[in-house]
Amino acid sequence: MKNRTHISVENLNVYYGDNQVLKNVTIAIPDKTITAIIGPSGCGKTTLLRCFNRLIDTVDGIKVTGKVLVDGDDIFDPQQDVTAIRKKMGLLSQRPFPLPMSIYENVAYGPRIHGTRKKNELDVIVEKYLKMANIWDEVKDRLHEPASSLSIGQQQRLCLARGLAVEPEIILADEPTSALDPVSSRNIEERFMELKNRYTIVMVTHILRQAKRLADYVVFVYLGELIEHGPSKEIFENPKEQITKEYIKGIIS
Amino acid sequence: MNGRRLVDNIGGKLMLVLTVLSGVLLLLMAWGLVAKSSAILSLKPLDTLLFSGNWNPLRGEFGFFPFIAGTIWVVGVATVIAVPVSLLTAIYLSEYAGRKIKGIVNPFIDLLAGIPSVVYGVWGVLMIVPFVKNYIAPLYGTFSSGYCVLTAGIVLAVMIFPVIINVSVEVLNMVPREVREASLSLGATKWQTVKKVVLRRAMPGVIAANVLGIARAFGETMAVLMVAGNVAMIPKSLMDPAYPLPALIANNYGEMLSIPLYDSALFFAALLLFAVVFFFNLVSRAVLVRIEKGIR
Amino acid sequence: MLLSTAIVMFSLLLILGTIVVKGLPALSLDMITKAPESGYYLGGGGGILNAIVGSLLLAAGASVVSMIFGIPVALYLNIYLTRKSKLAEVIRVALDVMCGVPSIVYGAFGFAIMLYLGVRASLLGGIIAVSLLIMPVMIRAIDEVVRLVPHELIEASYSVGANRFETVFKVVVRQTLPGIISAVLLGFGRGIGDAASVLFTTGFTDRISFSLLEPVATLPLAIFFQLGTPLPEVQQRAYASAFILTVIILVLSLSARFLVSRYGRHMVK
Ligand SMILES: Nc1ncnc2c1ncn2[C@@H]1O[C@H](COP(=O)(O)OP(=O)(O)OP(=O)(O)O)[C@@H](O)[C@H]1O
Ligand SMILES: [Mg+2]
Repeated sequence: MKNRTHISVENLNVYYGDNQVLKNVTIAIPDKTITAIIGPSGCGKTTLLRCFNRLIDTVDGIKVTGKVLVDGDDIFDPQQDVTAIRKKMGLLSQRPFPLPMSIYENVAYGPRIHGTRKKNELDVIVEKYLKMANIWDEVKDRLHEPASSLSIGQQQRLCLARGLAVEPEIILADEPTSALDPVSSRNIEERFMELKNRYTIVMVTHILRQAKRLADYVVFVYLGELIEHGPSKEIFENPKEQITKEYIKGIIS
Repeated sequence: MNGRRLVDNIGGKLMLVLTVLSGVLLLLMAWGLVAKSSAILSLKPLDTLLFSGNWNPLRGEFGFFPFIAGTIWVVGVATVIAVPVSLLTAIYLSEYAGRKIKGIVNPFIDLLAGIPSVVYGVWGVLMIVPFVKNYIAPLYGTFSSGYCVLTAGIVLAVMIFPVIINVSVEVLNMVPREVREASLSLGATKWQTVKKVVLRRAMPGVIAANVLGIARAFGETMAVLMVAGNVAMIPKSLMDPAYPLPALIANNYGEMLSIPLYDSALFFAALLLFAVVFFFNLVSRAVLVRIEKGIR
Repeated sequence: MLLSTAIVMFSLLLILGTIVVKGLPALSLDMITKAPESGYYLGGGGGILNAIVGSLLLAAGASVVSMIFGIPVALYLNIYLTRKSKLAEVIRVALDVMCGVPSIVYGAFGFAIMLYLGVRASLLGGIIAVSLLIMPVMIRAIDEVVRLVPHELIEASYSVGANRFETVFKVVVRQTLPGIISAVLLGFGRGIGDAASVLFTTGFTDRISFSLLEPVATLPLAIFFQLGTPLPEVQQRAYASAFILTVIILVLSLSARFLVSRYGRHMVK
């Protein structure tokens, strides 16, 4: 991999109370590519992803040790401004959660918070990112309707636009297509392919074929341990570990 | 950017202060009432205040027993009427009624809860007072003005229906479905299941619900004031007038600053009410919180 | 069981029926458009506009005060404190207990505060007592709706870099707006109907007064005083006033339903 490292994880351990869900994970996630985190249910994929933008902080009784470096800065350093870290990363969750406001305001929400107030500037931003998320044509005549009136697939793209609007460098996605119909899923996948030249995309997925289609780099987690990571081709065609082989063949799931 | 952080910080702290204050208010209230009644408490022994029947503020005699007895009578009657009716209604709503029926009954209960106590009082005066005077009293061969323990009890009972019903329904709904299914699958009838399994399981919560309702009855003022008769004597029967504590406080606020110790005595009455209601509420809330936690 | 359910429903109908049957015939335009004229309580002319205005002012003032203090508390309990927080648990129990404290005790306590502050019976005094009375109810009602906000929604706001304060006031408040509105109206209804807490604290006046420091009339007390007179025609007016109060309460609960559906359109889920 020629790309520089964007997110690097060093000896990360996460405990929910006494239950250790991530065990000594160390990885380097490359810049401007799509990285897929795969692994069976409950192995800690979501937990790992939520460490990157420190949403993990909001969980009760959580303990985190080790480091996560973004652009070389330790994000768990107490000196860090959490909101600045989160602004660097857009998040797509399993189910789209539009904010309880209009379509327009959903996209303008982030920029407004970060200091853009002028109506005409916001108009430009909203249009730009709705276009980037490929939903502009569908909503341009109903920008002031409640976001919750959109279909689930449209909502997910709106959430993408909302995340992009704060000009992040990284897009985090946790099974972004699992609640969507096939057409909407395709739409999201296509967006990711377009965006990957400009953003570092980290996605969790259950669907191996999706990982194969999209990912340049694959991270395989099993029961909280990092088993293997490397370029997609290597993992899928020539895995080193026995467990990885079995998971990819569908023997364990 | 720093401004945002500052707002977040200060805003958070401010909200914390408000939150803690809202809880401290309860202590403040207790403290205020104690402070205000300390004058009479330091002059009269507690047992005289509570158990003496001599009430003559002008002569400095403050025996609260008639009022305490009046309160207990009235609340007792309300309890006897309200508990079975509300409980059966709650069981019906949670175990038998379908969605549609609930949709009809629930607004009734909400409205009942929303009616101001003066309106209950007016209703009591217009309907229950004459009813008791003209029908119930002759039935027992006695005369009554209608402004009596029974009337106040009936009005209070209706007022606390919603409290008991709502909390009981909540508690009954928390009994897991599996428990019911297990019993039904053993061949128990629906009623047996409700009686032997659901109710038994929900018993602490149901008791708590009733205690909450009873506590409400203790403090209810306006309606009682309007129908209880307000004669400072110890009631001997349902047809006798009563003078419950809240009515005492409400009725005498005018004079209370002109007679020595009177204001302190009335604050003592408020403190008594507060203490009873505080204790009842605290215990039943503790039970309810525990139940809710057990479920999660 | 059906019988007891019927009893419960029937009692409401009886109450409403009695109030309508007795109150409606006694109602006149004067009742709601005029303040009492001299000799009103002896059967003279006039109406209870003073009490209607007073009650509305009092309830509105108390609702605003409770809202300002109560909304942040409900938000703090849920968003700043975690599910397992001991502080939140203690505060909730304290608030629940306060919901059960009788209004006459709030009246007495409010009166004690007024003595302490040197405020005489006035609109301000009433607002203090009634705010204390309705705040716990309002907080717990808002608390119950804020509790239902999906955590993912809050995370969605965090993930674009919003801090907690922004998330709470821009996202959570909007999501729970219908619930907040109905909680405030619930408090308003309590405030307008409660008599025992204003008995010591507002005083009473036959004038229509808008001043914070002057005594005001309130509907419940107007009903009480009119009923207390020995004259049947004045008692009639008490029934009419009770009818007016009941109508206000019913309108409030209906408008709560209406507003909830109107402001619920942005709500997610
Ligand atoms: N808030 C929490 N409290 C306690 N344990 C948790 C919590 N969230 C997750 N866990 C546990 O941590 C482990 C990892 O969870 P995580 O959600 O990271 O898995 P995942 O790989 O994303 O699973 P899935 O594929 O089902 O989404 C699981 O065993 C789960 O039970
Ligand atoms: Mg997951």
